[in-house]
Amino acid sequence: MPTIAEQAPARASLLYDPKVRAIAYQVVLTVVVVGLIYTAASNAVANLRAARIASGFGFLNTTSGFDINQTLIPYSAAGSTYGEAFIVGLLNTLVVAVIGIFFATILGFTVGIARLSKNWMISKLAMVYVEVIRNLPLLLQLLFWYVAVLAALPGPRQAVNVGDMFFLSNRGLLLPAPILHTGARLIPAAFVIGIVATIVFARWARRQQEATGRQYPVGLTAVGLILGLPILVWLLIGLFVGNPITFDVPRLQGFNFRGGMQVFPEFVALLVGLTTYTAGFIAEVVRAGILAVSKGQTEAASALGLRPGHILRLVVIPQAMRVIIPPLTSQYLNLTKNSSLAVAIGYPDLVQIFMGTVLNQTGQAVEVVAITMAVYLTISLLTSAVMNVYNRRMAIVER
Amino acid sequence: MKRMIATIAIGLAASLSATAASAQATLNNVKQKGFLTCGSNTGLAGFGVPDAQGNWTGLDVDLCRAIAAAIFNDPTKVRFIPLSAKDRFTALQSGEVDVLVRNTTWTMSRDTQLGLDFTGVNYYDGQGFMVRKKLGVSSAKELNGASVCTQQGTTTELNLADYFRANNMKYEVVAFVGADETFDAYNAGRCDAFTTDASGLYATRLKAASPEEHIVLPEIISKEPLGPSVRHGDNQWGDIVRWTHYAMLNAEELGVTKANVDQMTKNDNPEIKRLLGSEGKFGEAIGLTNDWALRIVKHVGNYAEIFEKNVGSGSQLKIQRGQNALWTKGGLQYAPPVR
Repeated sequence: MPTIAEQAPARASLLYDPKVRAIAYQVVLTVVVVGLIYTAASNAVANLRAARIASGFGFLNTTSGFDINQTLIPYSAAGSTYGEAFIVGLLNTLVVAVIGIFFATILGFTVGIARLSKNWMISKLAMVYVEVIRNLPLLLQLLFWYVAVLAALPGPRQAVNVGDMFFLSNRGLLLPAPILHTGARLIPAAFVIGIVATIVFARWARRQQEATGRQYPVGLTAVGLILGLPILVWLLIGLFVGNPITFDVPRLQGFNFRGGMQVFPEFVALLVGLTTYTAGFIAEVVRAGILAVSKGQTEAASALGLRPGHILRLVVIPQAMRVIIPPLTSQYLNLTKNSSLAVAIGYPDLVQIFMGTVLNQTGQAVEVVAITMAVYLTISLLTSAVMNVYNRRMAIVER
Repeated sequence: MKRMIATIAIGLAASLSATAASAQATLNNVKQKGFLTCGSNTGLAGFGVPDAQGNWTGLDVDLCRAIAAAIFNDPTKVRFIPLSAKDRFTALQSGEVDVLVRNTTWTMSRDTQLGLDFTGVNYYDGQGFMVRKKLGVSSAKELNGASVCTQQGTTTELNLADYFRANNMKYEVVAFVGADETFDAYNAGRCDAFTTDASGLYATRLKAASPEEHIVLPEIISKEPLGPSVRHGDNQWGDIVRWTHYAMLNAEELGVTKANVDQMTKNDNPEIKRLLGSEGKFGEAIGLTNDWALRIVKHVGNYAEIFEKNVGSGSQLKIQRGQNALWTKGGLQYAPPVR
């Protein structure tokens, strides 16, 4: 009689094989999900057709017929399509999001650090800012900024005039618009070269410092390269070819200003609203990150004789960044998504133009909403991806 | 948020319901739930506006009440859903409202591409401009370079583009979701001109701190036939809405008023007899009772009565009948006969 150990393991039924089961479950789930999506999509098409609601994406090539006041690409009611209106909206959303993220980061870091300041006044001011901003609904703040911006400014005929070049009124800020002539493209090229040279120099300077301890004036060199180089190119072209950039100065004509560039009050209100609101949250993220760095680090640094500014910049912030970056990413995503509240104050962002006017004009709710959701999803995933790469670079390197 | 819910609703309704809403569903639906849901303006004096107690009044509102009167013999069995210009069609498509009576312009694309049917014109309107008096403008042709505030998702937005292009003028459009936000921005000086349908201009001007500081320019730049709409495909429901409006017009033409309608039932005029249901079975043919029109006039009134009460001499707007007079008096309001 064989012992139990000698018995060949009974061939279990396939039904009880955990591997087979797992795969079977996955297959069933996939089939169900795909089937559901397919049924939903085909039903939607059939029902829309039955209700005589137009469907498909052909509308993107149809002439739009409505105007938009703030466009980054050439756009007119006469010749542009819904597809171009979509791009206008998308660009407007991206512009306000990118600029908003930039300023919100600066303001947020400043306030977050200020809240930890030993100066009672500064830290309390930062605290009041954070508490007020974080605890009021964003929509309310946007309306406040819009109404505040509009109410505080005079009409175009009484515009605040700065040197006959800049005009500030309730139509926005009018600036001279640059007109580019021959050779003008060399100036931005010089600017880019300046930035690249600065990066190379900064790296070299750091290696030199690590090797020899000698410090080089990176900041001053950067200013010289980034600002000086384009100005030098400008002057040279101006001397030998003729002024490469002239300005179209806005002037009052009839009701409004003609010419120049216009920064619209809706844009300013949205930008200020989003920036101050998100900065309130970023400030708390930064404060949490800094407090997460153990006090021993600061004490050790000051024992080494570093000055407070250096301690913050060289010892505390780099370690705090590891705690800060993940929640900071969420704030960036929030800012981008919150920009859709633009609809309340008449800024033509993606939601206002596409989910608003285009949807209403074409009646194709399913397509328009699907596209809009896909766009926000893409923007958010891209932002996350970039921040994740940055996060990996900042993470502690285990040796 | 409301837009999102409506949109998701339409998406779900479109994707998950195996069959499209059956053709004759709306009347049964309305009878079953015991009241009519009517898509209305969020607040336009004379057409659809709730007062402080939440009672709705207006020309559009009275049409909804007339439909309710015809179905339930009770004009109060209406629930009004305030809708912004850009949300209104989605709300109708998704079934959130049974009928949309919200000063909505009848255009070909709306009639044929949005899954809607317009059933008539209860107010003939046209688009105009309002400006501040101190601007010194007396004609829309002088608006070159102006900033214009308008409501998005309206025919107004499109006519504006056409008009300035046709007249070779420059302008800047500032578009808002709601009528109130649009007017607030104009009021705050963001725009030189405010544009909407002429009736809306007079109604909106009353909201200004001092109405006499604003003038309505003489040009009417478009045709805006405003009318009720229903979902495409339910013809019986469309007939009810269409003939409710016609019943009020026919009543005016035949001299039947809210006050005299009971005596009129004894009148020998065969047209009146057919209208009020003592002869023929016209009401049953549209799924109602034969005294449907009698109920409408008794509870709500004829077209002249609701016009004068809401937008005409009995209101603050003091709008003349003009194009909205009966055809017998030189206007465009013309109802086919009940026979």
